[in-house]
Amino acid sequence: MNINATLIGQSIAFFLFVWFTMKFVWPPIMAALEARKKLIADGLAAAERGKHEQELAEKAAKEKLVEAKQQAADIIALAQKRANDIVDESKDKARTEGERLLVAANAEIDQEVNRAKEQLRGQVVNLAVAGAGRILNKEIDAKAHENLIKDLVTQI
Amino acid sequence: MASETEALTSSAYIKHHLTNLTYGQLPDGTWGIAHGQEEIAQMGFWAIHVDTMLFSLGLGALFLFVFSRVAKNLTTGVPSGMQNFVEWIVEFVDTSVRGSFTGKNPLVAPLALTVFCWILLMNLMDLVPVDWIPLLAQSVGIPYMKVVPTTDPNATFGMALGVFWLILFYSVKMKGVGGFVGELTLQPFGKFGLPVNIFLEGVSLISKPISLALRLFGNLYAGEMIFILIAVMFSTSAVMGAFGGLLQLGWAIFHILIVLLQAFIFMTLTIVYMDMAHQEHH
Repeated sequence: MNINATLIGQSIAFFLFVWFTMKFVWPPIMAALEARKKLIADGLAAAERGKHEQELAEKAAKEKLVEAKQQAADIIALAQKRANDIVDESKDKARTEGERLLVAANAEIDQEVNRAKEQLRGQVVNLAVAGAGRILNKEIDAKAHENLIKDLVTQI
Repeated sequence: MASETEALTSSAYIKHHLTNLTYGQLPDGTWGIAHGQEEIAQMGFWAIHVDTMLFSLGLGALFLFVFSRVAKNLTTGVPSGMQNFVEWIVEFVDTSVRGSFTGKNPLVAPLALTVFCWILLMNLMDLVPVDWIPLLAQSVGIPYMKVVPTTDPNATFGMALGVFWLILFYSVKMKGVGGFVGELTLQPFGKFGLPVNIFLEGVSLISKPISLALRLFGNLYAGEMIFILIAVMFSTSAVMGAFGGLLQLGWAIFHILIVLLQAFIFMTLTIVYMDMAHQEHH
């Protein structure tokens, strides 16, 4: 309990320790703490940014999906329409073709009929001429009665 | 208790535990270690408490060694073990300084950290059972060994005076000699109450280091005293010894609070006094 020179020694030690702490202990530790604080703040900011970006991406994806669905629906509708068009077109084409074929067939039939009529007429004329010839073989000269026969032919 | 101390009376035992290992000029003119209170008293001012110096310097060096080693191997990534612990203390001190100190001075925070850790370590020596180290010292021929530096008023006054010089230095530096003298003489009653002002402000200035030193010394000295009294019980009887053991455990647990609290109070008051030294008006 005696106050003595220890007092001076302790004061000197006190100043030395404070000086040492101020020089070699405090600044590096505080610097490290600040650096870590900054690191954590940066990390949090990056996480926040990432979250925000993810939200944006999700929103964009949703929009894209809706758009794609719409497009698909459009394409299907268009295809359906096109298919209907093609069917209709084919129906029309078939009808006109059929009609055309029918007309052609009719014409051919008419032609055939006419030709048959013509042939028949020629043969009838020949037969008539031959028949008349046989009947009138001796009395009628073909040249002399040509007009008569022609007249007859037209009347048939 | 060892056989030598059993022969002693209780008061001699207590006195022995409260005597510092003192080095100084002996009555016969040579320099050496004092054996007994009379010799210590005769040494006067120019003697030194070897045990106080040894333990306080050792503990201060331990604190600086651990902290500077951590400071050298710092990582800004995930801190581990010792670094985590050191950072925890540093942040605690930093928060205290930011809360109480409004000026700008790179000295204050390291000062607070040093004061806190050094005092805490010295106080913690109080929890070492009171006989261990003195007995060990006695067995190698050292007559006295007081292991808690903060129970030596030289240590507490040494630190408090250190703080006091800093208060004076920064008061003069921040306010100028005139400002500081004006603060001491013209407050609180203006220039007509000059003698009263000097008396009041002088008392409040001087009381700062004295209260710092005596508060720490008183608390730790009382705590150490109770440990010694409990230790006296050990030699009386088996029942009393067992009771004493229980008491010692209880007091030690309670004393942890005082140990921490006194270190914290010394640090906080140091910060506050430094803040007052930096302010123009208070």
